[in-house]
Amino acid sequence: MSVFITDLGLVINAMLLATPPLLFAGLGSCFSERSGVVNIGIEGMMTVGAFTGSVVALYLGNGWLAFLCAGLAAALVAVIHAVACITFGADQTISGTAINFLAPGLAIFICRAMFDNSSDTPPIDTSAKLPKLFEGIFPVGSFGYNVFCTYAAAYLCFILVAVAWFVFYKTRFGMRLRAVGEHPKACDTLGINVHRVRYICVILSGFLAGLGGAYITLATVNQFRPTLIVGQGFIAIAAVIFGKFTPQGTLKGCLIFGLCNGIKTLLSSNSSVTVSPNLISMIPYVVTILALIFFVGKSSVPAASGKPYVKEK
Amino acid sequence: MNKEKKSLIQSIADGNVLYTIIAIVVGFIVGAVLLAIIGISPIAAYGKLFTGALSKPKYIAWSVVYATPLILTGLSVAFSFKTGVFNIGAEGQFVVGTLAASVVGVCVTLPPVLHAVCCALAAMAAGGLWGAVVGLLKVKKGINEVLSYIMFNWIAYYLSNYMVNLPFLENEGNVEATKNILSSASIVCPEWITSLTGCSYTNWGILVAIVVAVIIWVIINKTTLGYQLRSVGFNKNAAEYGGINSNAAFLKAMAISGALSGLGGMVQLCGMSYRISQFAGQEGYGFQGITVALIGSSNPIGCIFAGLFYGIMKYGGTKLTLINAPSEVIDIIMGVIVLFIAVSHVFKVLLTNRKGGKKK
Repeated sequence: MSVFITDLGLVINAMLLATPPLLFAGLGSCFSERSGVVNIGIEGMMTVGAFTGSVVALYLGNGWLAFLCAGLAAALVAVIHAVACITFGADQTISGTAINFLAPGLAIFICRAMFDNSSDTPPIDTSAKLPKLFEGIFPVGSFGYNVFCTYAAAYLCFILVAVAWFVFYKTRFGMRLRAVGEHPKACDTLGINVHRVRYICVILSGFLAGLGGAYITLATVNQFRPTLIVGQGFIAIAAVIFGKFTPQGTLKGCLIFGLCNGIKTLLSSNSSVTVSPNLISMIPYVVTILALIFFVGKSSVPAASGKPYVKEK
Repeated sequence: MNKEKKSLIQSIADGNVLYTIIAIVVGFIVGAVLLAIIGISPIAAYGKLFTGALSKPKYIAWSVVYATPLILTGLSVAFSFKTGVFNIGAEGQFVVGTLAASVVGVCVTLPPVLHAVCCALAAMAAGGLWGAVVGLLKVKKGINEVLSYIMFNWIAYYLSNYMVNLPFLENEGNVEATKNILSSASIVCPEWITSLTGCSYTNWGILVAIVVAVIIWVIINKTTLGYQLRSVGFNKNAAEYGGINSNAAFLKAMAISGALSGLGGMVQLCGMSYRISQFAGQEGYGFQGITVALIGSSNPIGCIFAGLFYGIMKYGGTKLTLINAPSEVIDIIMGVIVLFIAVSHVFKVLLTNRKGGKKK
């Protein structure tokens, strides 16, 4: 029994390490998708966030400041996507693909320029990383330590889900952003500035994706590497689809996909079980396809998603 | 004759070629500015890029080897564009194509040529199936293909990492890669050709790619199937009204497009890499194919040139490390090019408005 509880603690611990990046990015994607702009550039924006976070922490030594700067840097990348898709009416998938070339390329390019042609940043001091909460309350290795003693930003992302839910369903802006994604023309006739709402949502999605990326460099590991962001952005998008494009659903999706990671970590430490970690890594994508087939109906997808809105004169 | 010539020039002026050239120029300018900011002379870097890729027959042969799989994935994406589908799943189809070719190349013993042909067929079948499943989901369940393509890319990615470690494929000496394919499955040219070009991986793939490009051009422009696919791409409802089954058209287009990407995977495996290594990140052949298709204005023949351009950039990019310039500048240039092609319709409107204004 005690082995089970320790194992459970380890799984939850690994899950709490894997979930926040997905959840930050997923909430971002939620805003963007619901306002009617598909953002598959999330992955690239996360890479920019991860890089910026590690560099700022390295030079200024402040984890929270680095976290914020990472969000802002990724938001700048999102501005490119927003200008292309909203103002110029570009194909959103193509623009997102371009961002996924451009943003990681730029991050590694600057990294090489700054750190003597190396594509990795030097490791960050523990003091410059994000702080952990409840350290010293539970004995090291105990269930409570594994579950509660985690990075403060992990707590933050769960609070953000509640905030996003409130914004979506209880504020005027939330109502507008949902409406703009369903029927932009009707919104326009009612005097809502469709382009402005979409701009805010896309830039916000970049900001949140940047936070998600920075969580990896400032909490999970302690340096930037080009292979650090491999698919997290797309898992976040998968979680949003799985959660029917709502913040609370996204939370559900991210927790399940984070749990996959928790199980993977447990299995890799346990040599008696021989399930390939690669098969477990596949689960989020397979589950999303199944969800699309069985319970995410067409009606869940924002009606104007992917379509540029051109104001009639 | 004269008329044809004029129409060619006109098509360059009116069509996409001009905007593509503008996009490429802008891409290089952005790259130059960034290089200058980090203190590297853009002239030196671009000089190295192009001399490194083109100044010797050996370098040119290498650039062609780099270009070959990209021409095929480019054709794959271009073909899907014609039916109004955006095959962002080329990446996954490429990976399963490589996998299927590797299984046949390692585990089956056949005489040369026939073996390579079987690898190609297996790769096309796997890629085609990968695309067709997404097509089925779109047709039967109304699921947006972009979403399922992305998911299938990652399923293929982890499937490959899984299979690389299976006992029947795994290379005993090198745990993170498969065994090499048997030499009978190789499509590398005989030694007298490779010693002539100086590139030991000169392979028949480029001829395959060119032949396939011509076949695709014929299918699109000269056959009933191509007509149906294009009609569905132009206007699905009108096509259905005209008696074309748009669902069948989508399925066919997505399966053929997948098969082309799968073939790209086979060419890369049997022509150059010989084995599959465990991935640390997506290799990007499929995504680069999207760029190729866009630069080639989704014209099959255009894809050959666009693929060669990308091959030159990719191979030349590897030479940039010699002068300590980050090779990632290639990704940045390509990203900017794609972004500019994506918004090129705006410039088109601006330019034509200006012309109209002058006339008045």
